[in-house]
Amino acid sequence: MIISIASGKGGTGKTLVATSLALSLKDRERVQLVDCDVEEPNDHIFLKPVIKRSETVSIMVPRVNEDKCTFCGKCADVCAYNAIAVLPTNVLVFPHLCHGCGACSYLCPEKAISELGREIGVVEYGHSNGIAFVQGRLNIGETMPTPVIRKVKETAHHDGIVIVDISPGTSCPVVESIRDSDFCLLVTEPTPFGLNDLILAVETAKELEVHFGVVINRAGVGDVKVEEYCLREGIPVLLTIPLDIEIARLNSRGITLVEGMPQWQEPFLAFFDRVQKIIHERSSSLKR
Amino acid sequence: MNEVVVLSGKGGTGKTSIVGSFAVLAKNKVLVDCDVDAADLHLLLQPAIREKHEFWSGQVAVIDGEKCTQCGLCQELCRFKAIEDFRVDAVLCEGCGFCSHVCPSEAITMKENLAGQWYISDTKYGLLVHARLGIAQENSGKLVAIVRQQARKMAEKLGFDYIISDGPPGIGCPVISSLSGANLALLVTEPTLSGIHDLERVLNVCRHFNVPALVCINKYDINENNTREIEHYCLSQKVEVAAHIPFDNVVTEAMVHGLPVVEYSRNGVSHQIEALWELVSKLRVR
Repeated sequence: MIISIASGKGGTGKTLVATSLALSLKDRERVQLVDCDVEEPNDHIFLKPVIKRSETVSIMVPRVNEDKCTFCGKCADVCAYNAIAVLPTNVLVFPHLCHGCGACSYLCPEKAISELGREIGVVEYGHSNGIAFVQGRLNIGETMPTPVIRKVKETAHHDGIVIVDISPGTSCPVVESIRDSDFCLLVTEPTPFGLNDLILAVETAKELEVHFGVVINRAGVGDVKVEEYCLREGIPVLLTIPLDIEIARLNSRGITLVEGMPQWQEPFLAFFDRVQKIIHERSSSLKR
Repeated sequence: MNEVVVLSGKGGTGKTSIVGSFAVLAKNKVLVDCDVDAADLHLLLQPAIREKHEFWSGQVAVIDGEKCTQCGLCQELCRFKAIEDFRVDAVLCEGCGFCSHVCPSEAITMKENLAGQWYISDTKYGLLVHARLGIAQENSGKLVAIVRQQARKMAEKLGFDYIISDGPPGIGCPVISSLSGANLALLVTEPTLSGIHDLERVLNVCRHFNVPALVCINKYDINENNTREIEHYCLSQKVEVAAHIPFDNVVTEAMVHGLPVVEYSRNGVSHQIEALWELVSKLRVR
């Protein structure tokens, strides 16, 4: 079962929910935590995993053999990303623009283009406290997180409970991370920014046809409009975490909520049971 | 003209609240919201849209079922696994066009994609250029480049001194698009281990693109040990810590009222933000 944790707005508590959910479940289920926020992965700060293995993620970029090249310009014509420019006597390749689609090398009439891997990030595997752990990390200065996210997801387990922590926003990295989830938790805070971005996250989950529910963090901080919205739209609010300076302090020190305040384990387990129940209800209603 | 971009790496550290306040404090500026996939600045500035433009971007492959002979070449060659059962998954398709070039029966065409909208708006604090990327769309970097370019055009035309942009979280495509060529990056962090970790990464991105940076520690009193750690780190990196803003729920209250905090209240938070703008506005980098 894959449960992804998204938010629209950043800093609402995705990592808090992901790490505390994983820790609450680890004695009951086989749990894997997958950090798909490859731009700013933070789960490792809280879980302090032992990393056993890492793998680089590369994009295949073209290398032109100018002895074979006739400077016909076909490669530049077919490149949708302007990553190749053909001049009268040489060819310029801009590796940072290349998406690695392979069209240029396949379509070169002289077979003058080979491909070379260019590292854009790494995927790391390890474990922490009985939890299997995978995270991706985009290299500094790189623009494309999606291939790193894909690699992270490809290598994640597909049995047990897989908890996927996602970057904020609603564009390509979020879409790539949420796809194929059985359920998506949307973590928000009860403020105008939280509500605005929650609505975007809801639209994203609907677009991807993934079932979802809401977690309200820092309840009491702003207004009641997030709750009103969820009620109006029939979106289940599955967990509410109050505004509490102690929780904020624990979080600032990289201590998970359920470790710092063990009384939270029970609410997290009950929360997981609600999620599981919704998944079962939805899948059986589909079968019927 | 000086272009200041506010970034953070980690989301939710207070970028938009600070930019909203700069909107009140700065004269002769154009405001930009570069967080095109979860924009919030408009909630503080209440813009009246003056111009609305479509953002056409990227392409998506479309297979003509009549012409398709189901030879399977496209599926075999697509590296994004976007074609299955002779249908294109528009979300996975990266618009490279490889399939359309190789299809032996010319059954695949590339269609332009309406990926969002961008706006030029009036606010009571001045002009705002902002955008809305469609749900699940790509190319946020390109949309960011458009809003920045428009803001620059307006600022030049009006002879303004500043462009102030609210950046997206992270370090990837839209961040790089917001940052490259800017005169100054103001990095808003918070004294949490996550905030520090993410600050280091975004500062390295600024270095990579040769944009000078300043740091602002928001909610500095949540964990003063971590605040000191940020100060030490910044000292070691020769980056100035330009402000310490205390935690105060007045920031959220202002947001609930749809107002920038310096306009809503005259307390410690507002004084710190005013002092920060004083400093930022005086820097004439590059």
